[in-house]
Amino acid sequence: MTGDADAAPNAAGLRRDAALERALLFGLSVPALALVTATMVLPVGWLFWLSLFDDDGQFGLENYRRLIQQPSYGRILLATFEISALTTLICAVFGYLLAYLLAQLSRRRAAILMIGVLMPFWTSILVRTYAWLVLLQRDGLINAWGMQLGLWRQPLALAYNLTGTVIGLVHIMLPFLVLPLYGSMRAIDRDCLRAAASLGANPVATFWRVYFPLSQPGLFAGAVIVFILCLGAYVTPAVLGGGKVIMTANAVASDIELFFNWGAASALGVVLLLLTAILLYAASRMVRLDRIFGGHGS
Amino acid sequence: MAPDRSLPITVRQVTKAYGALRALDQVDLAVRSGEFLTLLGPSGSGKTTLLMVLAGFVRPDHGSIRFGDVEVVRAPPHRRDVGMVFQNYALFPHMSVAGNIAFPLRMRHVAKAAMEAKVAQALETVQLAAFGTRRVSELSGGQRQRVALARAIVFEPRILLMDEPLSALDKQLRDRMQIELRNLHDRLGMTTVCVTHDQREALTMSDRVAVIDRGRIRQLDAPRTIYERPANRFVAEFVGESAFLPVEQSGGEIRFAGQVLKLADHPGSGGPWLLMVRPERLRIVTDTATDATNLLRGHVLALVYQGESLLLHVELADGTRVPVRGSSARGAMASVPQQGEAVTLSLAPEDTFLLPNETSAP
Amino acid sequence: MSWLDRPAGDTQITHRARLWLYAIAVAVLVFLLLPTLIVIPMSFSASQFLEFPPHHWSLRWYASYVASPGWMQATATSLKVAALTAVVATMLGTAASYGLFVSGLRWARLVLMLLLTPIMVPVILVAIGVFYVYVKLKLLNTLAGLALADSMLAIPLVVLVVTSALRSYDMNQELVARSLGASRLRAFLLVTLPQIRFAVLTAAVLSFLTGFDEVVIALFVSGGGNATLTRDMFNALRDQIDPTIAAISTVMIAVSSILLAAVQLFGRSRRD
Repeated sequence: MTGDADAAPNAAGLRRDAALERALLFGLSVPALALVTATMVLPVGWLFWLSLFDDDGQFGLENYRRLIQQPSYGRILLATFEISALTTLICAVFGYLLAYLLAQLSRRRAAILMIGVLMPFWTSILVRTYAWLVLLQRDGLINAWGMQLGLWRQPLALAYNLTGTVIGLVHIMLPFLVLPLYGSMRAIDRDCLRAAASLGANPVATFWRVYFPLSQPGLFAGAVIVFILCLGAYVTPAVLGGGKVIMTANAVASDIELFFNWGAASALGVVLLLLTAILLYAASRMVRLDRIFGGHGS
Repeated sequence: MAPDRSLPITVRQVTKAYGALRALDQVDLAVRSGEFLTLLGPSGSGKTTLLMVLAGFVRPDHGSIRFGDVEVVRAPPHRRDVGMVFQNYALFPHMSVAGNIAFPLRMRHVAKAAMEAKVAQALETVQLAAFGTRRVSELSGGQRQRVALARAIVFEPRILLMDEPLSALDKQLRDRMQIELRNLHDRLGMTTVCVTHDQREALTMSDRVAVIDRGRIRQLDAPRTIYERPANRFVAEFVGESAFLPVEQSGGEIRFAGQVLKLADHPGSGGPWLLMVRPERLRIVTDTATDATNLLRGHVLALVYQGESLLLHVELADGTRVPVRGSSARGAMASVPQQGEAVTLSLAPEDTFLLPNETSAP
Repeated sequence: MSWLDRPAGDTQITHRARLWLYAIAVAVLVFLLLPTLIVIPMSFSASQFLEFPPHHWSLRWYASYVASPGWMQATATSLKVAALTAVVATMLGTAASYGLFVSGLRWARLVLMLLLTPIMVPVILVAIGVFYVYVKLKLLNTLAGLALADSMLAIPLVVLVVTSALRSYDMNQELVARSLGASRLRAFLLVTLPQIRFAVLTAAVLSFLTGFDEVVIALFVSGGGNATLTRDMFNALRDQIDPTIAAISTVMIAVSSILLAAVQLFGRSRRD
C-alpha cells in the first residue's frame, strides 16, 4: 500500500482465469454443437452445394431455372401452400375454441382434459395415420357407422385423397397450436376482464375487445408453428394421400428415390428451406412488434 | 480471541467493472483479525459485489486479496476455506438438517465419528440440538437461518462472510438475532464480514463499519464515530436521519440565520460548511431559558406519534425543515407544542457537527 | 336455478349461453382422442376385416406380431436406437444447457438458438442430406448413424426442458456448495443434478420417444438388417393394411403412455 507502483495487481492472471472459465463453460456445449453441425448443418449445406450442379456437372443455377420453368413444381409448391393454409385455418378456429375453454377451467380440470391433447401429441405419427386409415377408408369405421345410421348411402371417399390428408394433418397439428395458445391465455390477467366488465362491457364485447387481442400473440405463434410444420409434411400426405397428394417433401423424396435426380431434389429442398426461414424471420419480427404494442393494432 | 481462530483480510486495489459501470473502484480495505466488520450501503453500492469477490464468486478485473499472508484472489471458491451465509440461506432441500451441516465436513473427508460429533456441536451452538433429522421444508425462517449458520461454521473457518443474513426475518426476530449473531462471533472468534443495507443492524453488531457508495468506501470507522462524526454528506445522510443547515463563515465565526453559533470545535479554514443536526439532539426550550445555546426558531408543521418516540416536523424561519425527535412519555408530551404553534429549538455545542458542503445545489 | 343458468367465469356469462362452446370443445377432444384410442380395441378383434365393436375377441394379431421375425427384428432395432438416442441426447443436451445457462455470456443466446434449429428445419431435407453424407461415411443402415441423427432431433427438447428447470432452480445452492469446499463438478453432481433430476429424466424419456417414433430419417437411413419399426410400418401402410399393425400400434401407444405416466408420477412424488 505504500510505494507500490502496481495500480492493477494480478490483472493479467485474472484475465487468464476468466478466459479459461469461459472456455470451459463453452466447452460443455461443444459436443451438442458438433452433433447438430455434423448431422444437420453440414448435410443441409451439402444439399445447398449439390443444388448448384446440374446433370452434366456444370456449376450454375440450372436446377433452379428448371424449377421455375417446369409448371409441375409450381403446382406442387402452390398445393403445399394451400394445404398448409387450410390446415392452419381449421386448427386456428377449433384449436382456439378448445384452448379458450381449457383456459377458463380450474387448473386441475384443465390438466385432466389436457391429457386429451397431450396423448395424441406423444403417440407415434404412424399409429395415428394408421388409425385414420381404419376410420376413413371406404370400408372403414366411419363409413360403416354412417351407412348403418342411415346418414349416407354410398361410402364417402375420405381416405387416399386430399380430404384424408387434411384430416390427418389437422389431427397432427392441433396440439401444436393448442399448447402455446393455452399458455398464452393462462397468462392473461383476469383483472383486465373484470375491469372491462366493471366499465360496462358485456361478455361479448369483453371478449372481442380485451381477451382476443391479448391472446393474439399465442395464437400467432401457434399458427406460425403449424404452418411451417405443414410446409414440410411428408408422412401424412404420403400415406393418407394415396399418391394423389404430392406436397413439396414428397416431391423431394420421389426425385431421389425414383429418379436419382439429386440436383432437382436439392434445389426444391433449398427452396422449401428458404421459404421456412423467411416465414420464421417474418414471424419473429411480428411477434416482437406485437409485444411492444401490447397486443393492440392489426 | 486466539490468533489461530481468525485471519486478517487485506484488500488492495480491487476493481470490477461491468461495461461502463464500476461496481468496485480501486477498493482498499484492511479487516483486522477477529473483527466483526459490516459493509453498509444502499442497493447498487457494490457491497454485495465486494463480498462475492472475497468469496471468489466474482472475479475482479484486477486487485489483490490476502487472507493472512496468502494471496487468494485467483483461488477458486472451494479452496478459500471461508464460511458463507446467503441472504436466502440456500439450504439443500434434498438433504436433512444434519446432512446440510455435514456437507463441508464431507468435502474435507472428515471421519464419520468426528463428523457426527462436530455436527452435533454446531447444532448446539445455534440452539437447534434436536433438529438433526428434520427436513429443511419443516423449518421456520429463523430456524433455517440458524441451520445456514451452523453449516457455515461447522468446519471452523477463520473467516465468515454473510450477505444480508437477517433481511428475510421479521422485525422481532431480527432484533433478537442481531444480538445472537454478535454473541456467536464473540464466542467463536473468526473474522466476520457482513453485508447489510440496514444501518441499525450495522451499528448494533459491528466492531467497525465500512460505508460504501458506488464502488468506493466512503468511511471506515467504529459505529460511534460513523454516527457522530461522519466524514462526508453521504455517510451523514445514509446513517441516521438529519437535517443539514447551510451556515456562513466570516472572520472566525460561524453564523446561521444571522445568529453566531457556539460550536464544540472551530473548523478553522475550509468551507463552505453545513451544520448537521440530529433530530434527537434538538431540545425544545422556552424562549426565556437562559442556558440554552444555538437557538433555532420556527413553527410546528406536523406532529407524528411513532410509538416509542414523537417526531415533530418543524419549519424554521428561513423555510428549512428540521425533524425533531422526542420522548413520547406522558410528561414530555405535555410540554410539546401543537401543530401550527411557534417553537424554539436548542442545540448544545457538543452536539454540533460541521460537514463540508460538497455541492452548492442540494 | 339449474347449473345452466349459473355464471361461468368473470364475465358473468351463463353456462347456457356457452353450451355451443362446450359442445365444440368436446367434439375436438373426441376428434383428438378417438383415432388414438380406437386402435386398441381393434387390435383385439378376431376378424381380419374392420368392425367396431369387434364381434369376437382374440390375441391373434399379437401372436402374429411376436411370431414374425421381421417385426421382432425391427422392434429390437427401434428400441436400441431409442435407447442410444436417449443417452446421447440427454447427456449432450444437459451439458450444453448447463454450460450456456451458467456462462451468462451474450453469445450463449445465439448458441441456444442454434441448438433449437433442428425443430424448424423440414425433416425431409435433413433426411436426404444425412443420407448423402452417410453414404460417403459408410454410416448408412447402421444403428449408430441413425441414433446420431435422432439425437440431433431430440437435443432441442432436452435443451428446452433442462433450461426451464434450471431457471426455476436456486443457483445459490451451487454457490454455497462451492464455498463449503465442493469443486464445480462436485457441486453440480451433489447439489444441482439431484434437484433437476425430474427434468433430466423427462428429457431422457422425450428423447427415447423421439428415437422410437421417428419416421422420415429412418426411411432413408435405416434399412437392410437394421430397418426400424417405423420404416417397416410405413411401408406396410402403403401396401395392404395388415391388422398386425393394430397390435404393433397398441404396443407403441402402451410404451409411450407408460413412459410418460411414469415420468409424471415420479415428478409428483418428488414434490411432496
